[in-house]
Amino acid sequence: MDQHFPRLLAALSLALACVASPAWAEDAPVIDGGKLLLTNGVSTIEGTSGGGVATWATIAGRETDRGIGLSGHVTLIELPDYGWQSHGVAVGIANRIELSYARQNFDTRDVGTALGLGQGYTLNQDVFGAKVRLLGDTVYGDPLLPQISIGVEHKRNRDTPVARAVGAAHGKGTDVTLSATKLFLSHSVLVNATARLTKANQAGLLGFGTAGNDDHSLQFEGSVAYQLSRRAVIGAEYRTKPDNLAIAREDDWLDLFAAYALTDNLTLTAAYVDLGSIATFDKQRGGFVSAQLAF
Amino acid sequence: MFLIAAALLLQPAAEPPIDWDKEFGVEEKARDPVTGELPVDPYVQDNRNAGASPFSGTAMAEAFGGQDGIRRIANRTVELSEADPRIAAIFVSHDMVRLKRTLFEQFCYILNAGCDYSGRDMATAHKDMGVRMRDMNALVENLQAAMREENIGFATQNRFLSKLAPMSHDVIER
Ligand code: HEM
Repeated sequence: MDQHFPRLLAALSLALACVASPAWAEDAPVIDGGKLLLTNGVSTIEGTSGGGVATWATIAGRETDRGIGLSGHVTLIELPDYGWQSHGVAVGIANRIELSYARQNFDTRDVGTALGLGQGYTLNQDVFGAKVRLLGDTVYGDPLLPQISIGVEHKRNRDTPVARAVGAAHGKGTDVTLSATKLFLSHSVLVNATARLTKANQAGLLGFGTAGNDDHSLQFEGSVAYQLSRRAVIGAEYRTKPDNLAIAREDDWLDLFAAYALTDNLTLTAAYVDLGSIATFDKQRGGFVSAQLAF
Repeated sequence: MFLIAAALLLQPAAEPPIDWDKEFGVEEKARDPVTGELPVDPYVQDNRNAGASPFSGTAMAEAFGGQDGIRRIANRTVELSEADPRIAAIFVSHDMVRLKRTLFEQFCYILNAGCDYSGRDMATAHKDMGVRMRDMNALVENLQAAMREENIGFATQNRFLSKLAPMSHDVIER
């Protein structure tokens, strides 16, 4: 695991302690923490805010239109043949702009030996995200106008030689997302739909594009969630993916999740995920847990 | 701060005190002896001022405990907001006697519990109040707390909020 993360968190907490102190009590503090619970979504595996696997139109952090929000997260996924660990930070500015970073570490365990990479070889990737809310609001305003955001995710695979070896054309790639999210209060149901332009093989962990097909393809991410209480939500997500590599089939992803805001700042997410076939190892179904700290 | 206050206090009070309200032509507002409310600028009364169409049927009114339950929720929402450091400043300078009555009427009208709404429309009522998204969320949380205290189920709370949420455009300053 990355050694910088604990230090980053410590620095983040320190910065928060300084900014959030009631030095100017009358006006709202810069870190205003005024967003309604859970309306910042939870952190996705790509570090953006969303539903865990799918990116939503939400903006990270608990800020409202005049503040700044921060969030940090750690996610673990336990699969039959692989282990996933990711962590990251995000900044939300005025509930308008989201900047995010995530590091993904994908442990190949015994598969590493089978593929000749070595036991427990870990594929790593950095994801830098930027998202802008174009219009609408998840909760307020016209009940039929969703919050709509456009985003980019620049992914830098740190194991480009491996990606090339399995047939990928590049070690870097950029996804573009267009998302619409709305909480239909009359039914306590949140719906998200995202269109993603991507070249990524297995989200980029196996590189981007192939020699034969180096075009972005249009993929879809859909989420439906039901709000049980102010603090609890359950839902399901489906994410389509390209299937470009000749040596291994790639499947769509789906998950069933439950998120709970333990406190106003700490949200835990648990999910059942079905990631299909990964590098010829089928039926990668398992458990996902994620903790998000947001201000 | 203290020094300025002290300096002001120490000034010799030779001249008679100035009636600033009179100097600036501020009209003295007196509370109505019967209702205890302050007068407001004239406006046309209309149920449409409530900003939402009422629910049909009686299920929502019953879920909220009829007019008595709705009155408790409206009063409690105002009280929680007056005591809420995030938004108290917006409420202190306004007429809470009137607000408790009009908010009750609005809720009662929308929940189809047998009331007419006699207050102003949302844009007029919140004009120049400087309400931000953060304040709106704080008020929603206080309303949620008030509904929780009355054991209103969460899905029912959200159904009611679905009538209020679209009014944000008239309430929040842009
Ligand atoms: C959708 C949300 C809201 C609804 C449905 C609502 C409803 C109402 C109603 C029915 C009135 C009475 C109008 C009248 O006196 O004729 C009123 C007035 C008032 N509202 Fe709101 N309100 C909302 C949001 C807010 C927010 C976010 C704040 C501040 C944080 C706020 C502060 C006030 C104050 C201080 C008054 C008294 C105005 C006066 O007497 O001049 N309201 N509101």
